[in-house]
Amino acid sequence: MSEVKSIAEIEEEIVDDFSLFDTWDEKYEYIIDMGKKLKPLEDEHKKDENKIKGCQSTVWMVSEFKDGKVVYRAESDAVIVKGLVSLLIRVLSGHAPKEIIDAKLDFIDKIGMKQHLAQTRSNGLLSMVKQMKLDATVYLAQQASKN
Amino acid sequence: MSTTALHIAFDVDQVRRHFPILKREVKGKPLVYFDNAATTQKPVEVIDALTSYYQYFNANIHRGIHSLAEEATAAYEATRDTVQQFINARQREEIIFTRGVTESINLVAYTWARTNLKAGDEIMISGMEHHSNIVPWQLIAEMTGATLKVIPVDDNGELMMDEFHKLLSEKVKLVSVVHASNSLGTINPVKEIIDAAHKVGAIVMLDGAQSTVHLDIDVQELDCDFFAISSHKVYGPTGIGVLYGKRALLEAMPPFMGGGEMIKDVTFEKTTWNELPYKFEAGTPNIADTVALKAAIDFVQRIGKKQIRLHEEELLRYATEELQSIDGIRLIGQAKQKVSVASFVVEGVHPQDLGILLDNQGVAVRTGHHCTQPLMNRFGIPGTTRASFAMYNTKDEIDVMIAGLHKAIKLLR
Repeated sequence: MSEVKSIAEIEEEIVDDFSLFDTWDEKYEYIIDMGKKLKPLEDEHKKDENKIKGCQSTVWMVSEFKDGKVVYRAESDAVIVKGLVSLLIRVLSGHAPKEIIDAKLDFIDKIGMKQHLAQTRSNGLLSMVKQMKLDATVYLAQQASKN
Repeated sequence: MSTTALHIAFDVDQVRRHFPILKREVKGKPLVYFDNAATTQKPVEVIDALTSYYQYFNANIHRGIHSLAEEATAAYEATRDTVQQFINARQREEIIFTRGVTESINLVAYTWARTNLKAGDEIMISGMEHHSNIVPWQLIAEMTGATLKVIPVDDNGELMMDEFHKLLSEKVKLVSVVHASNSLGTINPVKEIIDAAHKVGAIVMLDGAQSTVHLDIDVQELDCDFFAISSHKVYGPTGIGVLYGKRALLEAMPPFMGGGEMIKDVTFEKTTWNELPYKFEAGTPNIADTVALKAAIDFVQRIGKKQIRLHEEELLRYATEELQSIDGIRLIGQAKQKVSVASFVVEGVHPQDLGILLDNQGVAVRTGHHCTQPLMNRFGIPGTTRASFAMYNTKDEIDVMIAGLHKAIKLLR
């Protein structure tokens, strides 16, 4: 058995973390803290082709395919978005493309983020998820063509 | 009525009672609505006008012979008279109903400008225009071969009038500028622009989206050729606006859209156009919202623009003072003449983060580029946080925002 947690298990962990908070102030404090801790992306990656469309703020994201797993790295100029990106990375990064593509990502709903974020911002979040899944799809296709 | 009497009559608590939405809570906190430059809230008089139209006299206008059609037509046309008086237009025929400022500008672009401009002509706009007063002219410039000239903006957010006079020549056929900036609050010296433009034979269009609700508008005194109004920024419904145009210009312009109402006679060989203002009002118009616009203007006039202005000036003065006490804040737009808009950036803090955390405390502000990207580029910023005030806002609400900002900045830095 592998020690690596499944996407669903990590999602559950995050939902548990958020259940400890009584107020939205606390949730935001946590998200901001996550954002501040996210490892910055090197300037060379902060170019137009790595920008995610649909965000009011700017998000840059890159991914690589290593040992059958997709590794994501990202940054944003807005810290709350950075916190949300960091949550997405925690959930999806380091998993096989197929698992990423199939991930339901219910945690976004369960921690109340989807309802809480206004439509435009939520679209930004969804664009990020879409891009992450798209990357995974590309890697899966590459893998298939090699086999 | 004396000024003193007017002043006493303004009671913000009384005013707030007219706006049902102000009773609601957001995120468990009383709503503080500071996004008035985007759209204003509606008084119960406007909401009642809308529902009573649908409840009692919903009918298509102008052509019906029955009583309902007559009542609806009368109410629709009464709004035209009210708007005419509101902006002091010479004739009711100079008041064209459109969907809003964007459509009003496009109407002038696609009728007057498209048919009157040619290669070598110039269209002048300013560096603080909303995208709706940039893009239509770019499209027309592309179609006609005309070029675009831009009046630059200085560090305070004022138009550089020396540059304007330098740029102005007989090549300029049309100047289209914003009366008051939505991003900065700046009130532009439009009278000076209009007079100078007329001297070189250019016509002038004013984007009145932000000015109409705050300033007294007298199109005859201004002598502007076109003036665009948005109803929903004047406490009226969305989806309705006005284009004022001088009659001679409107008469000479081709129609904007073809359809019903805008024609006199249609044969397959030739169609003749209806008279003003109907030439520009093709199809069934937005009757209900037009009817309710009258209620909005009546409401504003009953409260009194002068009193509203005094109240808002006090709010802006107070907010500016309080904002300046925040460490690392930079006000964007410090013109001498401003409408009640406070736009700012906070060092090391993204406007979106501030917007989210203020919303979390029930405070609605706008963040981003406010559809004036070239202006944001001018100041070297991606956007601002903008608090814009209306007649129903209070100093207590500004205190809530300031406390919210302190809390947010502490978390974000």
